[in-house]
Amino acid sequence: MDKMPGWADAVLVPLISLILAAILSALVIIGIGEDPVEAFKLMVDGALMRSSGWGYTLYYATNFIFTGLAVSVAFHARLFNIGGEGQAMIGGLGVALACLYIPWPNWYVALIGATASAALFGAMWAIVPAYLQAKRGSHIVITTIMFNFIAAAVLNYILVNVLRPQGAMDPATARFPEPTHLPTFQEMFSTAETAMFRGAPANVTFFLAIFMCLVVWVLIWRTKLGYEIRAFGHSESAAKYAGISPVKITVVAMVISGALAGMMALNTTMGEAERLVMNATEGAGFIGIAVALMGRSHPLGVLLAALLFGFLYQGGAELALWTNIPRELIVVIQALVILFTGALDNMVRIPLEKLFLAARRSN
Amino acid sequence: MDFATLLQVLESTIRLATPLLLACLAGLFSERAGIFDIGLEGKMLAAAFMSAAVAAITGDVWMGLGAGILASLALSLIHGLASITFRGNQLISGVAINFLAAGMTVLIAQDWFSQGGRTPSLMGAGRFEPITLPGAEAFSVVPILGPIYAELISGHPILVYIAFAMVPLTWWVLFRTRFGLRLRAVGEAPEAVDTAGISVVGLRYVAVGICGVLCGIAGAYLATALQAGFVKDMTAGRGFIALAALIFAKWRPWHALYACLLFGLLQAVALRYQNIDLGAFTVPVQFMDALPYILTVVILAGFVGKAIPPRAGGEPYVKER
Repeated sequence: MDKMPGWADAVLVPLISLILAAILSALVIIGIGEDPVEAFKLMVDGALMRSSGWGYTLYYATNFIFTGLAVSVAFHARLFNIGGEGQAMIGGLGVALACLYIPWPNWYVALIGATASAALFGAMWAIVPAYLQAKRGSHIVITTIMFNFIAAAVLNYILVNVLRPQGAMDPATARFPEPTHLPTFQEMFSTAETAMFRGAPANVTFFLAIFMCLVVWVLIWRTKLGYEIRAFGHSESAAKYAGISPVKITVVAMVISGALAGMMALNTTMGEAERLVMNATEGAGFIGIAVALMGRSHPLGVLLAALLFGFLYQGGAELALWTNIPRELIVVIQALVILFTGALDNMVRIPLEKLFLAARRSN
Repeated sequence: MDFATLLQVLESTIRLATPLLLACLAGLFSERAGIFDIGLEGKMLAAAFMSAAVAAITGDVWMGLGAGILASLALSLIHGLASITFRGNQLISGVAINFLAAGMTVLIAQDWFSQGGRTPSLMGAGRFEPITLPGAEAFSVVPILGPIYAELISGHPILVYIAFAMVPLTWWVLFRTRFGLRLRAVGEAPEAVDTAGISVVGLRYVAVGICGVLCGIAGAYLATALQAGFVKDMTAGRGFIALAALIFAKWRPWHALYACLLFGLLQAVALRYQNIDLGAFTVPVQFMDALPYILTVVILAGFVGKAIPPRAGGEPYVKER
């Protein structure tokens, strides 16, 4: 018998963790001599009260949906893919190569091609750690951390020595050709009279991210492969007994995870910068961990958590602009969310379970 | 390459290997006791900031060192709380600690000093100055051995000597004392330790505490000896290189020294030469940067001797009922 009803596990525990993280963040803001209520108002104002604010919020959320889904899929197989950052970097390389060297006729064909390339490159970067975990028993967390650093070095080398146009100073590729330009929200939703999402980087890849939420949901809960991944995550020995190959599931789950992380680069590289720059991932690979933990590895939860983090990111930028609070406040909030929804989960769960048990007994 | 250049590169190796060595030994204590720690980076960063901040305010580097150790210990306590008391996921806790340190250091630095997330430059007694060992001047006239003693061995800040002394000390504590035996046992078979009537929780907290102290010294070294002050993200992945060195050394103290010296040498060479021209082809600096990580993956893959972590590593201990 479960100690807690399902809704408490899915909603109440993350909610309480989130509130704890929020309280601590407020204390941090008070600690550096600012007003948390005022700060929150500024964040809401900058991120949600104008369409251009929403344009940034959704742009950041797009990144976090992809990386959050990536971490989630791996979590279902009880694999901790901490390498989303590296996989997204290499995914960006895939986007850049596809956009620069293939003469695409128009943007939607280009998007399909670049998506395939990004997914392929991201998956490629995840397959080595996956294989080593499955076959050689090397811990996936450590290998994916190492692969993040190796990816940074590879990208650095390629941007400085190979893809940088002659005469250019900064390590970045040339601009992508015009047909690969993705429609931004401004172009999609503005009418002749009113400009919407002015100057905001949100673009059509947001809808691709939403679509991938659906794909992941179907994959995990409505296919045989998804069932096998979940079974493997719950109990490796039971899965083995049922004829599920641990090697296959480990590699397949990581390949899907890497592909999703790689696709994040579509948004930043093809959608926003329209060239590959050094720091194209903007740390989104790591935020995916917080998003997946908060979203309880469910695509709907990931979507909501990604929107929250998108809001925090855009709101944090506004704070840095108007107050003395640096952008790093968001890093602190992110850390607290990971800490409470991930590592200190039992601190919230155990008292709650006792509460529910006591309530059931008194009935 | 002449003798003087070689000496300079080796001297730089020692300076760069020191923080790696301290963090690596810190991880060794923690992981030998069964607590995985990928938060070495964050603890070093927090200590680097606190030591530089307190040294800048008080003008006393020893106060700075103490404050750095306390900051690192505070993060250790969070890690212990999450991974020992509440039996959470140790890896996730480590990730959270890294971000907590990355964010809080800049936030507090901005609040205290308003210099864009850095501390003021440290001067005079605010830094650990190099120590000249006795006789270094007199010996330096002796060919070869003289310069080696005067430049390579003498003339480092005190923390460098502490770091190198920690290696035999760690070996002795872990392999020659009762406490060390218990600490290693708790990482291999905590149920056996529990059966013997020794507190698993207590031992693991002590191990995590030692890890915090050593990370604190490592961070303080970065900000008050290697450099003169704190800048944002100044650990620059050193915590992860230390983790790599720990695996490379297969969780053994003396091998940790060799691994850290090797990775320190790679950093020193990358720093000095950028791209290395070998005639037929050039080794790009990026390859030198990535080499510690590549080597670790190769070792982990078990192609060159298998790295087997402590058996109970990463597993929270639940008493049988």
